[in-house]
Amino acid sequence: MSNEVETTNSPVGDPIKDPGLGEHQYRPQDVDANQERRTERQIATMFGVATLLLIGFCVAYFSIGSDVRVFAFGDPADGDAFGGWSAQNFFLGLTLGTALLLIGIGIIQWAKKLMGDHEIVELRHPAKSSDDDRSAVLEDISAGVNESGIARRPLIRNSLLGAVAALGLPAIVMLRDLGPLPYGHTNTVWKKGMRVVNDVSGTPIKPGDLSVGELVNAEPAIFFEEDEEGHPVIHGTALMQAKAKAAVIVVRMRPEDITAAKGRENWGVDGILCFSKICTHVGCPISLWEQQTHHLLCPCHQSTFDLANNGTVIFGPAYRPLPQLPLAVDSEGFLIAVSDFPDIVTPSYPELARDQKKLNEKFGGDA
Amino acid sequence: MRKLSTHRRHPLAGLLLLAVGLLLTGGLYSAVAPEPAKAEASSVSQIEAGRQLFLVGCASCHGLNAEGITTVGKDGKAGNYGPSLIGVGAAAVGFQMETGRMPMAQTAPQALRKDVEYTQEEIDQIATYVASLAPGPARPSAEDVDWTKVGKKGISEGGEFFRTNCTACHNSVGAGGALPSGRFAPSLKGVAPAHIYEAMVTGPQQMPVFSDELMTPEEKLNVIAYIKTVQQQGNDGGIGGGGLGPVVDGLFVWFIGIGVLTGFAVWIGMHGTRTKKR
Repeated sequence: MSNEVETTNSPVGDPIKDPGLGEHQYRPQDVDANQERRTERQIATMFGVATLLLIGFCVAYFSIGSDVRVFAFGDPADGDAFGGWSAQNFFLGLTLGTALLLIGIGIIQWAKKLMGDHEIVELRHPAKSSDDDRSAVLEDISAGVNESGIARRPLIRNSLLGAVAALGLPAIVMLRDLGPLPYGHTNTVWKKGMRVVNDVSGTPIKPGDLSVGELVNAEPAIFFEEDEEGHPVIHGTALMQAKAKAAVIVVRMRPEDITAAKGRENWGVDGILCFSKICTHVGCPISLWEQQTHHLLCPCHQSTFDLANNGTVIFGPAYRPLPQLPLAVDSEGFLIAVSDFPDIVTPSYPELARDQKKLNEKFGGDA
Repeated sequence: MRKLSTHRRHPLAGLLLLAVGLLLTGGLYSAVAPEPAKAEASSVSQIEAGRQLFLVGCASCHGLNAEGITTVGKDGKAGNYGPSLIGVGAAAVGFQMETGRMPMAQTAPQALRKDVEYTQEEIDQIATYVASLAPGPARPSAEDVDWTKVGKKGISEGGEFFRTNCTACHNSVGAGGALPSGRFAPSLKGVAPAHIYEAMVTGPQQMPVFSDELMTPEEKLNVIAYIKTVQQQGNDGGIGGGGLGPVVDGLFVWFIGIGVLTGFAVWIGMHGTRTKKR
């Protein structure tokens, strides 16, 4: 191959001279027959080992039971056990992975060491089609336009455009039907007199059961209630939706640590306060409660709320304080809600301020 | 029987019956009744021994009478040099001292788990002393934390409790997690069942309390059974990365996975060995 480069297609008056290609340098395999054979054997060995490994894969697949473990050091009961992986998975991965790696390395070695490596120059063609092709295509298009009569018949053309545009309407209608609009849902299932019960077990809570520093992940009692036929009152999707808004945490602090805002002095019972578990930022459930600092952290974006100070945001992207549920005690001594949340429980959304205003009017009207 | 019935009107029969009745009642009572008096007597010396140990090792922070030492914080609020131990119970002492958290090596955001400084006997004595100050959570018995007897239903129930109450800080398999200001929720791997139990009833450091009234001892045992079971499961997928979730996995793929691939790309694009010979 010549090292001369044709320069006929380069722009006239090229300010920098094309340096061309340097002299071709040979690889050891090109000049030494022994080296060449050695490399050939190397590559063939890699492919051969890969074949053996793939056969090993099949052997491992059929011969190793799924309950056999490898590299299990230490007693798992101590918790410091290392490994203990499934032997089958380990050997399947080891054989298949190494085989693929060897095939890949072998191919690259082959290409780099043995395949021809002479430098080749190929000049770029102009991107433009030939003038003949271009005029032929344009002729075809104008013939098509004339024969279809799309230019001569505006009625058909415009009505077709209208029909295609109307195709978007069903899509919009169906998209709207995907779920409720994100605003206007200011209420949860909490209401006056509903008991605050332990999540999972559903047991009602007595104030005396809580010690200072206690955290209870709680739910409204209605989630555990059954109708006359023994079916849950709320179940399925409705339960999930209600739970996503009504989940609360109940915490007990020393009463002297709490700074209640004006109007919230009676919302707690002996230092027991109840807050929504739904972060006001994007709605993650929060129960990461530091009992000594009285801070509640959201694990998603580190929003931090000070529950001793009315759930105000002290750190993170959340903007609104955590909604608080006013608590009281019923005649049997169990914790109950005084009302629904006076603040909207939800991640923030554009119409929230307007909805909150409506909710304020509702609560103002009740009082 | 016949002999018995002929003697039933004997003058001594009533006396005999009375004696038998008294013996039976007394025997039954002593078999069933708790023995507080005996325990009390033997623990007085324990309390005194514990108090002596307390004065040497704990009182510098917790006060001479375990009433705690308060300071004035930066914001003018009452700070806490060492909290009061009145009413924390034997469970708190057991947890803090048997995991080496107490005595603390230095003031730090969090007392760390380290080698235990006291013998079991000394810890028991201090626990008895602290428990004698005021009623508080007692140490669980071996029966209370014998999680191996929990069935599948209990383990799954314990899992529900764990995911509801514990995963926020300790991760869904108990691998632990970060908290602000240099604190963290420790990993639950290898923690003794009794210490998990004591942590729940006492709420050490930033951890909330989960009292026996709101999470019954049986539910607590289920939680322990879940933690222990989930951590004993073999790992079918290979290196677990601590079970810390997508961040750790992502870091691994980002640095090691992409790093190795970049290495291969460099190798493929590299010029091989050349020779001057022809």
